Amino acid sequence: MKLKIWGLKKSIWVFHVSSGACNNCDIEVLNCLTPKFDIERFGMVLVGSVRHADVLLCCGCVTKQTAPRIKRLYEQAAKPCFVVAVGGCACSGGIFRHGYNFAGPYDKIIPVHAYIPGCPPKPEAIIAGAVKLLSTLK
Amino acid sequence: MERIITYLFYFIVFPGLLFTAVAGLLVSWIDRKVTARVQYRAGPPWYQNFADFFKLLGKETIVPEGATGSGFLTSPLIGLAGITLVSTIVWVINLGFVSSFVGDVIVVLYLLTLPSLAVILGASASKNPVAGVGASREMKLVLGYELPFVLAMVVPILKSGGILRLDGLLAYQVKSGPFLYSISGVIAFIIAIICMQAKLTLVPFDIPEAETEIMTGAYVEYSGPALAIFKLTKAMMLFALPVFLITVFWGGLHFNSPVNGIQAVLKYIILLVIIILIRNTNPRLRIDQAMKLFWGRLTVWAIVGIFFAVAGL
Repeated sequence: MKLKIWGLKKSIWVFHVSSGACNNCDIEVLNCLTPKFDIERFGMVLVGSVRHADVLLCCGCVTKQTAPRIKRLYEQAAKPCFVVAVGGCACSGGIFRHGYNFAGPYDKIIPVHAYIPGCPPKPEAIIAGAVKLLSTLK
Repeated sequence: MERIITYLFYFIVFPGLLFTAVAGLLVSWIDRKVTARVQYRAGPPWYQNFADFFKLLGKETIVPEGATGSGFLTSPLIGLAGITLVSTIVWVINLGFVSSFVGDVIVVLYLLTLPSLAVILGASASKNPVAGVGASREMKLVLGYELPFVLAMVVPILKSGGILRLDGLLAYQVKSGPFLYSISGVIAFIIAIICMQAKLTLVPFDIPEAETEIMTGAYVEYSGPALAIFKLTKAMMLFALPVFLITVFWGGLHFNSPVNGIQAVLKYIILLVIIILIRNTNPRLRIDQAMKLFWGRLTVWAIVGIFFAVAGL
């Protein structure tokens, strides 16, 4: 049991969910992988399939079009799987919260475990958010 | 009875499953670390692959809707069993625990295709179109590299005068020098290294996985322990395949004196570095380019190598 938690803390595989972001948060997420920040130091790897994911890194405001798909994505992920909302739009809806097509922030659709506000959040902020999420694991 | 227990010990503990798994996970950390350093990154810590493995063991296994559950879940075990058996045979003979049997080179060649077959089986059972694309590519890749690989293996057998036993090949190389130190040996060894890269499905032959193209292809539906076993199989292949090539071409690994031990480790490290450098300096080939390479140029060179071997060079 302890080994499992240790493994989970040291090896987080990230799946990048973008529900129609303006691409700014997406670029900052990719920025974490560059030599300057290199999140592979902490065992974090970007994976291509949601089945491999431990963390869904969600960017962008949820539209009516993407809401059912995000729910399905979360159901497809192997548990335990955590959801991190990155950026103002994902956390609260940001400037789009009064839009006709807005379907609510992420925590209305799926359980969200960590919020990283900012427009866009800096890579340092994203790494800090991930560390805070991992420190709650027991 | 005692014999069965000894063989089971060889298979499960040393030098089989446990030893190869630990060594393989460490070695694939070296791969990741060197790759990171090539890209000016810091890279993961040494226990990274162990953490990945234990994490995946603790996760949920999902069998996708419409998938053939039995085929989907047993295929990782088939691959693992195949590579464990290869590693056991090769190491037991290198360490001189037991003598081998006639034709074990052929047995090892057959068993080395088992991990690829397991990937094809699992991907086809998962009922995912992307996995299907990965499986068909893997199938073509197997068809492609098996021909030059087998032709390259013919060279040492011809040069030794038809010895089909691994310990026979080792004894011959101890007596009259490794096969690598001859023209035909060099040609066959280079071809075998390129085929090994394809067997490990590393860049430039990661066509069946192609993370940026078909999202890890064959593994796309796997999660939890099943994925862990696939990852472990790949790590063990990275450890076992170079050892097999060293055994056949480069005089094998001997640990009877410190000098020989250092030599054995160095041989392995040289092969590993070659693998990592090929992986980091090449773009991915398309499947048709890979087929052209294997069935065209490499096969021709392998036949040239065989001619040299017949001529005694």
